Amino acid sequence: MDLRVIGDNFGFLIVQGFIGLGAFAGGTLRLAIPAIFLGFILGTFIGLARLARSRWIHVPAAVYVEFFRGVPLVMVIFWFWFMIPTIVGKSLPEYSVALTAFVVFEAAYLAEIVRSGIQSVPHGQSEAAIATGLTRNQTMGLVILPQALRNMIPALVTQFIVLLKDTSLASIIGYVDLTKAAQIVNNREIRPFELYFFIALVYWASSYGMSQLARRCERRMNPTLP
Amino acid sequence: MTYRFTWNILWSGQTGGWLLQGLITTLEISAIAWLLALALGLLSGALRTAPVLLLRWIGAAYVEFFRNVPLLVWMFFWYFAVPPFLPQTLQDWLLEHSAEFWAGVVALGVYHGARFSEVIRSGIQAIPKTQLEAAQSTGLTILQAYRLIIIPIALRLIVPPATNETLNLLKNSSVALTIGVAELTFQTRQIETYTAKAFEALVAGTLIYLVLCLAIALLMSQIERRTAIPGMIARGAGES
Repeated sequence: MDLRVIGDNFGFLIVQGFIGLGAFAGGTLRLAIPAIFLGFILGTFIGLARLARSRWIHVPAAVYVEFFRGVPLVMVIFWFWFMIPTIVGKSLPEYSVALTAFVVFEAAYLAEIVRSGIQSVPHGQSEAAIATGLTRNQTMGLVILPQALRNMIPALVTQFIVLLKDTSLASIIGYVDLTKAAQIVNNREIRPFELYFFIALVYWASSYGMSQLARRCERRMNPTLP
Repeated sequence: MTYRFTWNILWSGQTGGWLLQGLITTLEISAIAWLLALALGLLSGALRTAPVLLLRWIGAAYVEFFRNVPLLVWMFFWYFAVPPFLPQTLQDWLLEHSAEFWAGVVALGVYHGARFSEVIRSGIQAIPKTQLEAAQSTGLTILQAYRLIIIPIALRLIVPPATNETLNLLKNSSVALTIGVAELTFQTRQIETYTAKAFEALVAGTLIYLVLCLAIALLMSQIERRTAIPGMIARGAGES
């Protein structure tokens, strides 16, 4: 055991690897935070599409969700890694590839959260909104979605934790996140135990911290929970 | 865009064999890891409902530590960091018997054990407390009560969420490619490297995963129909 390897490379691991500031276009948070926001926007559209009355809208949305939930994320990352250059005609930086893959993949899971959030709003709400003269779009935008969003918050935090852990897989296409940063340091220092245990602790602290936060906010919203 | 599709690389000669080998390795690593995960999940899930604070604490520590760290980090940890601390004879054995496969099994099994644990705990907690009291009042010890009454009922209650976890485990076995386990995704990439037929290889890999997931989901729904306890579980509940 030699903990100096952590101290000497602390800046590289945390500032470059975890946060994403430095010479490389990397960073766990720099990938995870935009991915959850963009994924949520796409997921909202897909979640709404799954609830649409027209079969031509809700069937493709369901296929999208079931497809991405049945395929490993690693596979999806490779899809984008190989397909984007073929379609765009030039290769894009790892960051763009990883972000696209995560947004598209997470949107399938987020769509299910959005859908169940919308379905958790009592039906009387939309009936009442329509009775006051709001159009269907106004009802959704002004009455249902704001309440649904509130119900979704704990599930969204949980999904963000999953996403934060999943971003480690971006390292397989060379994206310099926390895991890749530890690999880079390990290639030079050959201290696998110290390095991998250290990044495990960093991931653990952020995931566990956020899950406690989610639990607390869930309890505040619903005081009857144990 | 002039991309020429050559689908026959998927079943002809060497590359077709790679795909089949990849499928077999994926099934092997998933099956062994699944057994490990189920065993660890049962043990820690039961510990988390035990009437002794220390035991509950041990179960919770295991779950919270392992499931809050990415599987990829566990892969590297078990493959690179742990073997130097093992006894020499075991290290030698691992060198000769594909160390990466066993590291992958342990990483998958221990990580998903923590996730199974949550499923099993919720199953145990769904059983009315009176079952345990009744079992103890007939003279069973607490261990017997868990082994003969509580765990068998819990297992029948958790089939739908356990199906989800099983599918997650199967999909996550693809992460083992990072430590060099020649499973399905690994072979898909290898075909891409050798033949430059990325599209065909990825379509094949993706379809195999989808078919596997569908097959497992169907099998588990059959099991669920056989084992569901009438009145104790709303059919289809917990599925999502």
